[in-house]
Amino acid sequence: MDTQPPIHVSLRDVTKVYVSGLGRTHAMGPIDIDLRRGEFFAVVGPSGCGKSTLLDVIAALAPPSQGVVTFEGRPIGDAVPEGVGVVFQENASFPWLNVADNITFGLRRLPVDGAEIERRLQYALQLMGLQDFARAFPSQLSGGMRQRVCIARTLVMQPRLILLDEPFGALDQQTRLLMGDELLRIWRATGATVLLITHALDEAAMLADRVAVMSARPGRILEVIETGWPRERDSQIVSVPEFGTITARLWTLLRAQSMQALRPEAV
Amino acid sequence: MRVVFYRLLAVFLPLALLEILCRDHVITPLTLPAPSRILLGLWGVMENGAFNAAILKTLTNVGLALVLSVAVGIVAGAAIHRARLLRALLEPLFSTYYAIPIYAFYPLFIVVFGLGDAPQVLIGFMLAVVSMIVSTLAGLDSVPAVLGKTARVLQLGPVETMRSVTLPYAAPYLFTGVKLAVAYAFIGVIGAEFIMSGTGLGYEIRFAYDNLDNNVMYPLILLILLIAIAVNMSLDRWERRLRARRGRG
Amino acid sequence: MGTSLAGAAGARVMRRIIYAHPSLFLVIVLLVLWQAVFWLVGRDALLPPLETILYLARLLQTARFWGHIAETGTAFVIALVISVVAGLAIGLALGVNRMAAEVFEPFLLAGNSVPKIALYPIVLLIFGIGMPAKIAFGAIHGVVPVAIFTVTACSNVPPILFRAAAAMRLTRWDMIRSVLLPAALPDIFSGIRIGFSLTLIGTILGEMFGSQRGLGYLLMTAIGLQNIQVIMSVTLLLVLVAATVNTVLLEQDRRLRKPGG
Repeated sequence: MDTQPPIHVSLRDVTKVYVSGLGRTHAMGPIDIDLRRGEFFAVVGPSGCGKSTLLDVIAALAPPSQGVVTFEGRPIGDAVPEGVGVVFQENASFPWLNVADNITFGLRRLPVDGAEIERRLQYALQLMGLQDFARAFPSQLSGGMRQRVCIARTLVMQPRLILLDEPFGALDQQTRLLMGDELLRIWRATGATVLLITHALDEAAMLADRVAVMSARPGRILEVIETGWPRERDSQIVSVPEFGTITARLWTLLRAQSMQALRPEAV
Repeated sequence: MRVVFYRLLAVFLPLALLEILCRDHVITPLTLPAPSRILLGLWGVMENGAFNAAILKTLTNVGLALVLSVAVGIVAGAAIHRARLLRALLEPLFSTYYAIPIYAFYPLFIVVFGLGDAPQVLIGFMLAVVSMIVSTLAGLDSVPAVLGKTARVLQLGPVETMRSVTLPYAAPYLFTGVKLAVAYAFIGVIGAEFIMSGTGLGYEIRFAYDNLDNNVMYPLILLILLIAIAVNMSLDRWERRLRARRGRG
Repeated sequence: MGTSLAGAAGARVMRRIIYAHPSLFLVIVLLVLWQAVFWLVGRDALLPPLETILYLARLLQTARFWGHIAETGTAFVIALVISVVAGLAIGLALGVNRMAAEVFEPFLLAGNSVPKIALYPIVLLIFGIGMPAKIAFGAIHGVVPVAIFTVTACSNVPPILFRAAAAMRLTRWDMIRSVLLPAALPDIFSGIRIGFSLTLIGTILGEMFGSQRGLGYLLMTAIGLQNIQVIMSVTLLLVLVAATVNTVLLEQDRRLRKPGG
């Protein structure tokens, strides 16, 4: 009997082909995966393999050329489904709004009353350590703090599925590790399903329940590795021997793919 | 090339409309002759060469103003860039400079320099030089410190550094400055000729207007517009080629 | 030894004062230069600063002068409104439609580099002599920078902001209103600031020929009569107004770009 949590997101035979004046680029697929409710799922792969495309397709920011993406049992159309939150790699904070207004930007468009907005804002400020910066503007904050603002902005809308596209890509290693811990806390506190796209193997191995390795372009899923970590984990898991084994396995798979990605394109 | 098609459409449709309105005398020839007549008039003007002297005079003055403003602008910009106190002092002047009606200084120039070409060239120079200085400053600002350090490691002296590292790096900004200087030189010289001068295209247009001579005035106006547009387009094309080679922008 | 130390300290203090109030020092330097040029050139060409200010003060006490100011002011305000509204409309229309922007870009740039004074006779012939011609000429000068800056502002908005807004399920109108416009506002404002100055110049130029009243008319008549006093006082007035308003607008511009800072 299936004691696993129900399937939250499912991709069947999903492919993405970009057509431009220069011809067709087969960016990704075919891809078949399932994300279970409440799991932390990471995707790693060489540069250019289509990881970001995968996220765009799941978020309905780009339509698949082929195949079906299902979210909570319903196929995704061209509109971003309700209940999905996205955090991007580039800084997407609005420079003309202060931190508090940035965070409540999306929330204000939901049917939520003022008191609830304020409550969620305070909760997010506290969770992300931004209480002292509510009136500050993004230009006055560091890169890491701006990303926290973007994460908070997504959180207050209480998404059931959180998609993160290399959210810590622009940050230094120490900040990345600390943000990873914060991400885990958020994941536990909200019970959301998390999909993390990253190029950092250690990050994926440390944070996720399952890690999918994508091949070089066109990206396909080579293997999905179960980490088996307990839910209550943090960055100190790096000292556990299994962490080394998992990271080694990821690198073995990835090394061949990365070398292939680095080869000059055959014309 | 849909874009080119739409552009041609955007030019020809209004012209065709004007042509029809003029021929039906909805628009009187006293206001605007038909575009076809203006074009024929321009052809006539170029052919009989009656205005060649005026054209040459204007272009010479514009050229002079341009060369002066670019040379002075780059040198002054480089000097101001190093003298931070001077720059702090001049910065407010640069930001409000183009708000000031420079033409008002024209009578002063006439009294000082007489009725020759100097006042026109000077007005063109005054309008153009500041944009050249500002662009030079922006270009020099854009040079990352690491390039200066590299130059020192390579034992380059200050002049050599400026010549072979700094100025080439800042070239895109300098080019923008030159484009602006060209536009301002035209505006300054022709405006000055129009207001109070005895020679040049600007004067000829004013003269034709005073004498209600639309058949001369409109073709000359068209000539100026065409020259300005042609010069700008060539500069744009040149800039694009330079940028493509550098792989930036 | 003691005096050179004091000299160095004095220089440092001077530098700090200058850095703190550069505009003030600039004005002082310009006044000094003005006086110096006057001594060089003589009364035929120039009036010294003090006399100019006094003459301007006297002019400002006459109702007739204020009549001219009102004439120019009215024309200018109307021209400015037209410039901003038309410029914004054109800029936004091109800003949200990339194909249109590409098609019309060279036309806009041509509008910027063409000496608009060459179009002046056409304006006079179409609008006749008087207010409409002034307003039209002023508006022609102002529309171009507002439109150009608005188009550039729209295309300079980082695309990531639109992606983030799409991820938050904003409608197209909501995105234009609450992402595009606020993001583009600093550059749009710069365009309006430049449009302000150019519209003023255009209105004055428009008055120089086709008018019987206004500051431009005064200036033109004074040039013809070689009335140095009027030329200098009116020029001074224009420079003061233009510089002051521009400085205020600049401050607002800076504040838009660095909110909270």
